[in-house]
Amino acid sequence: MMDYSQFLLMPQEIGLLLVFLLVFIYDTFMPERSQRYMPIFTVIMMALYTIYCFCFPAATGEAFGGMFESNAPTWVMKNILNVGVLLVLLQAVKWTNSDFVSVRRGEFYELTLLTLLGMFLMISARHFLLFVIGLETASLPIAALAAFEKRHYESHEAAAKYIFTAIFSSAIFLLGISFVYGMSGTLYFKEIATALIGNRSALLIAALAFVIAGVGFKLSLVPFHQWTADVYQGAPTAVTSYLSVISKGAAAFSFLIILVQVFGSAYGQVWEWMLYAVIVLTITLGNLFAVRQRNLKRFLAFSSISQAGYIMLGIIAVNVMGMSSMIYYVLVYIFSNLAAFGVIAAIERQTGKVTMDDYNGLFKTNPWLAFTMMLAMFSLGGIPPFAGFFSKFFIFVGACQQGSIAIYILVLIALVNTIISLYYYLLVVKAMFLRQDDCVIPTIKSHWTERLGLILCVAGIIFIGLISCIYAYINGAVDAISSMFAAIQ
Amino acid sequence: MDLTLFMYLIPSLIMFGCGVYGFITRKNMIAIMISLELMLNSVDINFVVFNRYLFPGSMEGMFFSLFAIAIAAAETALALAIIINVFRIARKVDINQITKLKF
Repeated sequence: MMDYSQFLLMPQEIGLLLVFLLVFIYDTFMPERSQRYMPIFTVIMMALYTIYCFCFPAATGEAFGGMFESNAPTWVMKNILNVGVLLVLLQAVKWTNSDFVSVRRGEFYELTLLTLLGMFLMISARHFLLFVIGLETASLPIAALAAFEKRHYESHEAAAKYIFTAIFSSAIFLLGISFVYGMSGTLYFKEIATALIGNRSALLIAALAFVIAGVGFKLSLVPFHQWTADVYQGAPTAVTSYLSVISKGAAAFSFLIILVQVFGSAYGQVWEWMLYAVIVLTITLGNLFAVRQRNLKRFLAFSSISQAGYIMLGIIAVNVMGMSSMIYYVLVYIFSNLAAFGVIAAIERQTGKVTMDDYNGLFKTNPWLAFTMMLAMFSLGGIPPFAGFFSKFFIFVGACQQGSIAIYILVLIALVNTIISLYYYLLVVKAMFLRQDDCVIPTIKSHWTERLGLILCVAGIIFIGLISCIYAYINGAVDAISSMFAAIQ
Repeated sequence: MDLTLFMYLIPSLIMFGCGVYGFITRKNMIAIMISLELMLNSVDINFVVFNRYLFPGSMEGMFFSLFAIAIAAAETALALAIIINVFRIARKVDINQITKLKF
């Protein structure tokens, strides 16, 4: 006899499924003339659900024999992802109502919501079976979403590249898991951790390398980043923005849980150095390749690669501050990146222009869009009054608290890279504000949903850094599971 | 002669290596798909063999490989659909010719 009360531990997943079912029913059974309002309906449902989750206290406990765990940090992380998805859906309303997309607009919303459910399972999974199912649920529908613009050849090429790398990476990840299973005889995170204490065998090192490579593909860490720029450029902008913030945030959180909870005993000398090399490469190469990009979507792809390197700093710190600053970084990154993608999407939808030269003199024709883009670039680059500065600051402090001299050098490398990144972020600002002679883009009128989405993003960029209780809220949640870091050696 | 653990593990690792080699060198998208299937299936063999020889008391590895097979089927179906779409719009399945997005 199954105990059905354990489903009460997953109110966020059940709420999301409910939203999905309502959208699905609306898409299937409502008459043709009311289909136009389906995007707005989805946004309202998602907004109600997000607000509901914020008002509810976090459910804590384990369900299904320890396979699923809900605690304060997972609750906060899922709430943050909800906010991000809400912004993505809001910015996509006008695009899904356009001529060639509107036939399949239901699929966009349904697949997006299901992908989010997969990420929730990834975040809460404490057993590798549930984790793998969540990982695949989170990555496969994105390939279908990337191929969404049926008339565009680029969209299909991006989808083909994404699906091949996704399958390749999950095969490598599964090979790593099979070695872990061979060493420990179980797939529960906690039992693997006890079985691996003191283990320094070559098989463990191989398994860790495979696991880091597998998840590294999802996070687009260098040297597993080759697919990123192509997919970001070819996929529709709404899908690109979803891929760059939401799926990256969820993967980073579950990566931390796996590395700390499962392989915590192998931190020193083993995965600390693997991750060290990956972070240095990711931040540096991401920045250097971003400098030479002219297409703004490719440019933001390389910028997001280097941002993923900064997010990894929160993992290598292995302490409470590292974890809470990582979650905070993801929150700030969601707002800044979605502001940039929102501007790009609004301009691309009406004029089809995405290269940096097209943005010359944007301030003259579209002052508000140019202003939003400037704030987004300042926040991504980490200029003081904006949220991006605080998130970078906290993540550096968290990494320094780990205390070893090597991590100090790593933080120094990251700091130098911040200065390099300022150069290319300001290239966009320069094009928009200083080159006013040859304006390419006419004055455009954006839809009110796009404007609302951008206003929310700008409010986030300005206020998240200044309102200190947001960081305190995240830090308080992470404190509840500080015992997780006790096993680190 | 008794079959030992390594008599299963070594062929499975060779299979995985062949899959990686095929993924990198083959130019036809369908052939790449077949190589990926080789990799996924060798992982399933690993799980079953570890379960059978090292931990015969529980069935965790068997169940995991069952789920992995189902997921691999879903992945293949999606990938084939995308390959067909690419072929429809560009009339090509050779990855040397699918190079519009680069650098």
